[in-house]
Amino acid sequence: MTKEVIVEKINYFLVDEFEVEEEEIAPTANLKETLELDSLDFVDLVVAIEANFGVKLVGEDFVKVTTLQDFYDLIEEKLS
Amino acid sequence: MRRVVITGMGIYSCIGKNLSEVKESLYNGTSGIVFDQKRKDFGYRSPLTGMVEEPNLKGFLSRRERISMGEEATYAYVATLEALENAKIDQDFLDTNEVGILYGNDSTARSVIESVDKIRSKVDTTLVGSGAIFKAMNSTVTMNLSTIFRLTGVNFTISAACASGSHAIGMAYQLIRSGLQDMIVCGGAQEINELAMGSFDGLGVFSTNQDSTKASRPFDKDRDGLVPSGGGATLIVESYESAIKRGAPILGEIVGYGFSSNGEHISTPNIEGPSRAMIKALSQANLKANQIDYVNAHATSTPVGDANEAKAILGVFGENGPYISSTKSMTGHECWMAGASEVIYSMLMMEHSFVAPNINLENPDEDAAKLNLVNKTLNKKIDVFLSNSFGFGGTNSALIIKKVS
Repeated sequence: MTKEVIVEKINYFLVDEFEVEEEEIAPTANLKETLELDSLDFVDLVVAIEANFGVKLVGEDFVKVTTLQDFYDLIEEKLS
Repeated sequence: MRRVVITGMGIYSCIGKNLSEVKESLYNGTSGIVFDQKRKDFGYRSPLTGMVEEPNLKGFLSRRERISMGEEATYAYVATLEALENAKIDQDFLDTNEVGILYGNDSTARSVIESVDKIRSKVDTTLVGSGAIFKAMNSTVTMNLSTIFRLTGVNFTISAACASGSHAIGMAYQLIRSGLQDMIVCGGAQEINELAMGSFDGLGVFSTNQDSTKASRPFDKDRDGLVPSGGGATLIVESYESAIKRGAPILGEIVGYGFSSNGEHISTPNIEGPSRAMIKALSQANLKANQIDYVNAHATSTPVGDANEAKAILGVFGENGPYISSTKSMTGHECWMAGASEVIYSMLMMEHSFVAPNINLENPDEDAAKLNLVNKTLNKKIDVFLSNSFGFGGTNSALIIKKVS
């Protein structure tokens, strides 16, 4: 899967399912502060990633994730 | 002891999605019972149910708020919006006053089953999603509504089978009467889906009448069982002083709450327990039996339950007593919600001066024949009514509410 497809899929479910404002979507956006995702939303991100990419994330995976770009990179790494 | 009044009501049911629609259905004797193919396919003896669609709350509530709500919580939310609005309460008031919530609910079957099914299929609890736990607990209605409306007073769910909603109002009455709270959002909610009622159907107590709108026929000789139903019903209960202070509409005053337990069989009702609840309510209200204008019977359309309630009412009120009807003839049995919804139905009758009919009552049985049962809409002023609610385990509740002049 190309990076572009990963980014597209993640952006799509963030807007469609998590109801993140589309204009807030940017690689530099902070997941917690800008996109306003809380601890429960991170539980649902695990579900969304499994449904969309077939990979399971665990809590420790998010330690290095601050921005949306970090999140794209994490999924790319998991898929490689 | 303080006076306790009702200042707001909201309803979402199979006979109407708001007070206005419900009043029309009650007046016209309209049934909300339908045939449900899903139940037939699922192996039910009886495919009948009261039915109202789940409200779509996208646009009303955030994703975070919505994903924690099962079907019963969505019904309760819609009913509560209407109740708050006609009680003239806005979010600013809720933010600056200690308002509580007590709500009747006794199952979240679909939410539990769906989450367990997901875990079984994924073999991983982390894939069940964050909303599952909050949808699956019995207190789902109170935990969700208290969060959405930012309530800061008493906050818990009352599970008392088919008397849950009635006991919720009764407990709110007691807390306000004693001065512990000024205002409580209370009511009852009931899920409507084929997963929730299968084990109840398995007892063989649901009607197998082929004609859906004729199936629920409380007190009639040809009754053969109840028809399940559901939705949400909310009342705003507050102290008289609070209502006067804020200029709220006073719709009625709660003057008696009688409760009892049969202490006998888990499912077969008796006569003594309900009688004691009604007598206690009358005593607390300081009213004589002949001062009650109308009794909204619990009568669910089961052979034994209706007969025993008829005997209990006859024992307490005597022959030629108050007008009586069971609105379950139209709504079916709204179970955990029924005790609250039936207070609202009776309040609408009191407000609009009519007695809603016990539809399908064509030939009352021996016990019912001695009661003043109403099977055609009666235009009649009601000043005081009593509402009965009984449940599995022998739990009984009787509420008395009167008009405030």
